[in-house]
Amino acid sequence: MPPDSPATARGAELLRVEDLQVHFPLPGAGLLRRSAGAVKAVDGVSFTLAAGETLGLVGESGCGKSTTGLAVLRMQPVTRGRIVFEGQDITQQQARTGTFRRRMQMVYQDPYGSLNPRMKVRDLVGEPLQVHGLDTNRSEYQDRVAALLKTVGLLPDMADRYPHEFSGGQRQRIGIARALALEPSLIICDEPVSALDVSIQAQVVNVLQELQERMGLAYLFIAHDLAVVRHLSHRVAVMYLGRIVEIATRDDLYRAPLHPYTQALLSAVPVADPAVEKTRQRIVVQGEVPSALRPPPGCRFHTRCAQVMDRCRSEDPPLADLGQGRSVACHLHGPAAGRTIPIAAASASR
Amino acid sequence: MAAPLLEVKGLTTRFRTERGELTAVDDVSFSVAAGQTLAIVGESGSGKSVTAMSLMRLIPNPPGRITGGQILFEGQDLLKLSEAQMRDIRGDRIAMIFQEPMSSLNPALTVGLQVAEPLNVHRGKPWREAFELAKGLLGKVRIPDAASRLQTYPHQYSGGMRQRTMIAMALACSPKLIIADEPTTALDVTVQAQILDLLKALTTETGAALILITHDLGVVARYADHVAVMYGGRIVEQAAADELYARPRHPYTRGLLASIPRLDSSAGQRLVPIAGQPPDLARLPPGCAFAPRCQLADATCTATRPLLRAVFPQDLPQHLSACHHDAA
Repeated sequence: MPPDSPATARGAELLRVEDLQVHFPLPGAGLLRRSAGAVKAVDGVSFTLAAGETLGLVGESGCGKSTTGLAVLRMQPVTRGRIVFEGQDITQQQARTGTFRRRMQMVYQDPYGSLNPRMKVRDLVGEPLQVHGLDTNRSEYQDRVAALLKTVGLLPDMADRYPHEFSGGQRQRIGIARALALEPSLIICDEPVSALDVSIQAQVVNVLQELQERMGLAYLFIAHDLAVVRHLSHRVAVMYLGRIVEIATRDDLYRAPLHPYTQALLSAVPVADPAVEKTRQRIVVQGEVPSALRPPPGCRFHTRCAQVMDRCRSEDPPLADLGQGRSVACHLHGPAAGRTIPIAAASASR
Repeated sequence: MAAPLLEVKGLTTRFRTERGELTAVDDVSFSVAAGQTLAIVGESGSGKSVTAMSLMRLIPNPPGRITGGQILFEGQDLLKLSEAQMRDIRGDRIAMIFQEPMSSLNPALTVGLQVAEPLNVHRGKPWREAFELAKGLLGKVRIPDAASRLQTYPHQYSGGMRQRTMIAMALACSPKLIIADEPTTALDVTVQAQILDLLKALTTETGAALILITHDLGVVARYADHVAVMYGGRIVEQAAADELYARPRHPYTRGLLASIPRLDSSAGQRLVPIAGQPPDLARLPPGCAFAPRCQLADATCTATRPLLRAVFPQDLPQHLSACHHDAA
């Protein structure tokens, strides 16, 4: 359960991402196929994550949140920047060979596509152990797989079944058990519940929470569902067109979002209560996310921002540290501007 | 109260499958008045989309078949109409908006033609005039620069613009009823809000009734006047939206509301998941479909199907719930 104060949750720094850039060059036309520019999927992202902490990474499709996750896992080449995990610079390492991968695992979105249908659950969960040569003692290995299944709320005798015999929620738990096999300190969760039925999501959310409490896991929790992210995260970073536009503790971000995009995003999410919806003040943004191929000059959000000023059109606001763990990239909230506009994004009391 | 625009009585739709015949929609009854929004909410396999397709008589036969009930639209039973008569109604007096706009729009035809088509087909408007009206409709759904967009193709549009185009098509003949099946599930959250706000504003303006099929309880809370909750092919609870959220009665509705994190709930609370899995329609238990997952279930629940009945017959005759444990 995320404690109210982030300070109590934070252990030592586990992961540091500095000025991460992931660009996808576009092949140009003509004989030489000179590059015709690049899609800047991630364009200067920095954050840290402490042991035992959950950082939520939210944003709409194409904002670069999943690419950031893959880059941290070293499954995606990095154009620029630095990734430090457990004190070791892993920027030059690769997922397949990097020793760090025992300590950093991933849970995928699609519980149907991410498990090999021809493998028994025993082998799916045990494969990471096999890969790292930890299956030499057969009975210890069997016990370990059984214990892992129990950890995620599955029965040990399910080990001899195939993935198709399981429901979406159970498959996602198999995926979590597999991620836990090597006792990682960090799990990157990319939309782990969004493919599941509403009544099943809570089962998986609770498993993730329990595991964190029991094993001190850290999560980089990538999702578009702002309510689920709020439920699980200690801190939250909001991404827009390859950049972090605001990062803050969960309560600060949800109670008083500062960046106009964060405000609009929270405002767009309906609360499952008609009484709240009727009295809620909403900020509606117009238009859609521009192409990452040609992001707008100046502030990338200025084309949709209701509070746009002249300088926003030309001057790119840096992510400015406002203190107390909050940073915002907006000309309204530079360190000089440093004031808070109260926003009724979601009524806080219930 | 005036006669409802649409009154569905005992609608039952069955499918023949390799695993035997299953009842996807089982004795479903509800009504919608002009200008009102009814949300039909449920998870995958609950029967909500099959209900929508049944209303439009778009169930592929085989394997599907509407086996019983009445769909009274403006007093006329749609199930008694010929296919030709039904074609006259679809896209004219009843319009439908689907989840995936890319597969519902024809990629080989211009947007202008597709929006103009219902006006030509149903209203006999000459193409030139229909195109003129289409331009107005695209503007109405706030597609920027509508005049120059008539000659473009769906692939040149973003997801949000495609869904706006679908809405323009649906509105073309000023339908009395719009059925929207998960209209924004494929869209980003800020675009979702734009599209649903637009749909709601336009139906309010034209006085059309809206049936909104969704799994999102937040969307229901924001946009619906009435709600029907479906589970295992049946409506398990039905009420005015305010009433349903303030006083949910059916254990499934209560379970759903307790299992979702909310933007405004006190953070850190543990969610209460609903145990077990949604039902397999081919192997529904003889009693209440929710009984295997219900904490209140007893021998009666596993043996007999509870009927949908008023939980507060005196005060709120329209709040219905199908649960043996709700007997007054």
